[in-house]
Amino acid sequence: MRAWAQWALDTAVMRGASYADVRVVELRNRVLSVKNGRVGTIAETESLGLGVRVIAEGAWGFASTDRLTRERIEATAAEAVAIAWASARVKKADVVLAPEQKIIAVWRTPYKKDPFAIPLSAQMDLLFAVDKELRSIPGVTLTETAMYFTRQEQFLASTEGSGIQQTKIFSGAGLTATSFSNGEIQKRSYPNSFGGQFSAAGYELVEELKLVENARRVGEEAVALHKADRCLEGRRTIILDSAQLALQIHESIGHAIELDRVLGTEANFAGISFLTLGKLGCLQYGSEIVNVVADARLEHGPGLGTFGYDDEGVPAQGIDIIKDGRFVGYLSSRETARAVGLARSGGAMRAESWNRIPLIRMTNVSLLPGTYSLADLLADTDDGIYLETNRSWSIDDRRLHFQFGTEIAWEIKGGKKTRMLKNPSYSGITTEFWNSCDAICDRTHWTLWGIPNCGKGQPMQTIGTGHGATPARFRNVLVGVAYAK
Amino acid sequence: MLSEAQCQEIFERVQRASRVRETEVFLEASRSALTRFANNIIHQNVAEEGMQVSVRAVVDGRTARATTNKIGPDALRRVVEQATQIAGWQPPDPDLLEMPGPQCYREVKRMCPHTAQLTPEARAQAVEKVVRRAERAGLTAAGIYANSYRIQALLNSSGLFAYHQETKAEFSVTCFNEQGSGWAKGSLISADQLAIDELAERACQKALASQNPQELPPGRYTVILEPAAVLDLVGFFSYDFAATAVADQRSCFTQRLGKKVFGENISIWDDVYHPLQSGVAWDGEGIPRQKVVLVERGIVKNLVYSRQAARKMNAAPTGHGFLLPNELGEAPVNLVFAGGESPFEEMIRTTQRGVLVTRFWYIREVDPYQKILTGVTRDGTFYVADGEIQYPVRNLRFNQSLLEMLNQVEMLGPAVRAAGEESFEMVVPAMKVADFRFTEVTKH
Repeated sequence: MRAWAQWALDTAVMRGASYADVRVVELRNRVLSVKNGRVGTIAETESLGLGVRVIAEGAWGFASTDRLTRERIEATAAEAVAIAWASARVKKADVVLAPEQKIIAVWRTPYKKDPFAIPLSAQMDLLFAVDKELRSIPGVTLTETAMYFTRQEQFLASTEGSGIQQTKIFSGAGLTATSFSNGEIQKRSYPNSFGGQFSAAGYELVEELKLVENARRVGEEAVALHKADRCLEGRRTIILDSAQLALQIHESIGHAIELDRVLGTEANFAGISFLTLGKLGCLQYGSEIVNVVADARLEHGPGLGTFGYDDEGVPAQGIDIIKDGRFVGYLSSRETARAVGLARSGGAMRAESWNRIPLIRMTNVSLLPGTYSLADLLADTDDGIYLETNRSWSIDDRRLHFQFGTEIAWEIKGGKKTRMLKNPSYSGITTEFWNSCDAICDRTHWTLWGIPNCGKGQPMQTIGTGHGATPARFRNVLVGVAYAK
Repeated sequence: MLSEAQCQEIFERVQRASRVRETEVFLEASRSALTRFANNIIHQNVAEEGMQVSVRAVVDGRTARATTNKIGPDALRRVVEQATQIAGWQPPDPDLLEMPGPQCYREVKRMCPHTAQLTPEARAQAVEKVVRRAERAGLTAAGIYANSYRIQALLNSSGLFAYHQETKAEFSVTCFNEQGSGWAKGSLISADQLAIDELAERACQKALASQNPQELPPGRYTVILEPAAVLDLVGFFSYDFAATAVADQRSCFTQRLGKKVFGENISIWDDVYHPLQSGVAWDGEGIPRQKVVLVERGIVKNLVYSRQAARKMNAAPTGHGFLLPNELGEAPVNLVFAGGESPFEEMIRTTQRGVLVTRFWYIREVDPYQKILTGVTRDGTFYVADGEIQYPVRNLRFNQSLLEMLNQVEMLGPAVRAAGEESFEMVVPAMKVADFRFTEVTKH
C-alpha cells in the first residue's frame, strides 16, 4: 500500500499539485440474511483501490482506480491534477487548508471476536434460530433477520508527510417481524429498525444483542399492533426511546452542524442548514439540560463514527456541539475550518471507500446523559406518549422542519405505561423541539446507536454514524398528523 | 473498456477454476466523472474507474455469491472458491432453479461515445456558463454535471451470455438567493442532448419567480405537479409491483391484484424498450426483460416476476429478477406512466385554488399499505388561483396516500423522461391532482 501511495504522491507533485493525499483502501464485507425460513442473502464482497486528492492551481481534483499497476496509479494521479486544472477555471479564490501536524501512526478498532473468523455455519445457525422463533408466532407473516460485517484496511499518505494505517471492524445485526392483517401492515424490529444495531466491534456485538431471546416479544408486538388504538392528533408530552432519539439527533442536529452544508456546498442535493455562522455561540438550540458532543474518540464508545484519524489525517477529537442548550460547535474539515476562522479541523472528514472523496460526516454525535432513571421519568409523567423504534423520517433541506413515525407507542397515564398505540408520528421545528426537552435519562440507559445508511454527497456516499442517546422527554409536541384525515 | 471477448475470457478463467457444475459470472466495469459546483465555483471534481467480478456458485441445491475487483489469476481462483465454500454453509433451497441457458435479447441502444469521453475541461466550460448566467441574475448556482460509461455482462455455465454498454449524462442545478430558489435537472444517455443552458435558465427563472414566498395555510389543495414531482412520488411504487413483495404480504397491492385501485386515467407499465427509457434489457439471471402492463385504466393487472417467483406463483418470468441470492426477488425499474394531452398551462388556467409544485424533498413512506408518503416541497412552490400563478409560497409538508392521489388525477400532461433527486429516471406526465393533503407549512 505504501509504495502505491508514494507513486501517486510523486506523480501528483511532479504534475504541479501543491498538496496531495492518497488513500489506499481494502474493504471486505459479509452480508447474511434469512427470510421466512430461507436464506435471503449470503454474500462476501472485497474491493481494493486507491484515490488521489490534489490541490493544483488552487483548486480540487480527485481521481481513483482499482487497476493497481504503477502505470495506472501514476495515470490516475496525473488525471487528478488535470481535473484540478479544470476546476480552477471556475474558482474565486485558492483552496487553503487549516494547518495540521504530520502524523505517522497505526490504529485499529478494538474488538474481541473477529467476525470473519467465526464459522459461517455458526452465524447462519443463529439467523435460522431467530427466524424459527419469529415464525412460531401466530400472525407474523414475514420474518427477516440479518448480520453485516465489514473490515476496512486503509493507508493514508499526504505530501505533508503523514502516513496513517487504520484497520476498522464494523458489525451489525437485527431482526424484523411483519404482520399483515385486515388491510394493514404492522412491523416491529429489534434492537432497531433498518437493520438493527451497528457498532465498531467484532462478533461480540451479535452475541450481546440476544436476538433469539428478544424475537418472541417483538413478534408478538407486531401482531398486537393490529388491535391497538391509533395515536390521535394533538399536542402531547412525549418520551422518545433512545433509538428513536438517536435518529432525531442525527437528522435535526447532526446534519445541521455540518459546515459544508452551512457554507452552501451541498445546496443542490442534501441542502443547506439553518445554522448560519452568526448563530454560533448565540443560538439557544435546546433547553439547558441538552448537551451534545461530536466525539470520534475511543473513550466515547465503539460507534460507527469512532476512528483514530479522519480521512484527511486529522486526529479523532471530542467537540462540544451544544453546551447547556447553547449552540457552540460545528463539524468541520481542514478547508471549512480555515474558511470560518477555526484554528484546526474538527476531524470529521470521511469517505465511503477508495473511489470517493472525503466529505464532512457525522462522527458520534451524541446527547450526553441526564439524571433520570426511566422508571422515575415515567412516574414523573402524568399524561404522555412513549414512542419506540423509528418507522419513517423526513426533514426539510434546512434541517428545521421534521416529521418522524415510530413502529409502536404506549400511552402514559398517571406515571405508568398503559395501552399500546399504533401508527404514531410526531413533528416539529428543530429548535422549538430541543428547547421543549425537560428530562433526560441517566447513563444506565445510554446506548451508542449505529446508523449504517447515512447518504450524502454527489456521487452519493453511504456511511455509518454513531449517536449516543437515552430516553428523553419533550413537552407540547404535535403528534399524529401523518394519519389525520 | 471491457469487450465481449474479454468478458468471455474472464468467464472461462473462472470456469476453469470452478469445481462445481453450475457457475455464473456477473461483470461490471465503469468509468465515471462528476463536476460539482456551489457558491458559483467548482468545489469538487472527481473521476473513477473500477471493475467487479461477481461469481455465483451452486453446490447441491445451494447458492451463494462472492465478489471482487481483483482480476489476477489468484484472485479469480479465490473468489470462485469463496462462493463455493459459503454456498455450502446453508440448507438446500428447494426453490432454487437450474441456471438458464442462452437467451435471445432485443437490442437496446444506450451508447454515446462522446458522452463516454467527455473531458473535465468540457464539463468545467459548461458549468462556467451556468455560473455566469446565475451571477447575471444575482443568484448563486449549485449543482452537478456528470458523465459515465458502464459495461455489464452476465455469463453462466449453461451457455448464457448477456452484454450491455451504456452511457449517462446528468446535469442538475439549483439557483438561489436568500429569498427563493429554483431547480432543474436532466438525465440522458447522451450529453449532447442535455440542454444544459435551457435547464440553467429554467432554474434561474424559477428562483426569480420564487422571491419572498408567502405563507399558505396547510390543508387540502389541488396540486399541479411537474413531472419531477410526480416521478419522486410514484417511484415508491416500484417494489410494490414485485411478485415476491405480494407473496410476502408487504406490497400495497397485496389482495388488490385484479382490482380497480386507481382512477380510469391511470395506466402504468414497465418497458425497458420505450424510446425514452434507459437501462439493461435483461435481469439478474440474464432473462430478457418483457414489457409488462402493470396497471390498465386503474386496474392492477400484472406484477413482475423473477424466475423463482414465477415458478412459485404459477406465472411466467418477466425478466425483472435481481442477482441471486437475494430476499427482494424482483422489481420494475423502467416504469412508464400513460400521459395525457393537457398542456401545463391548461392545468394552471383551470385551477381555482391550488399549489404548483416543482419538486419534493426527503420523501419517506409513512404507511406501506395505504401507501402514505410524507415529504416537503422545494425549489419552486407557487399558489395558483383563478387560473393564474399568484405568488410563491413557503414550502409545505405533505402526508398523502398515493393510492388516494392516483384516484384524484384530473389532468395529465404528455409523458416525458423525468429526472428527480430521490427516484430513478422514468417516463411520467405532469399531473393535476385534487385534494392533495398538505399538513404543515415551513418557515421558508
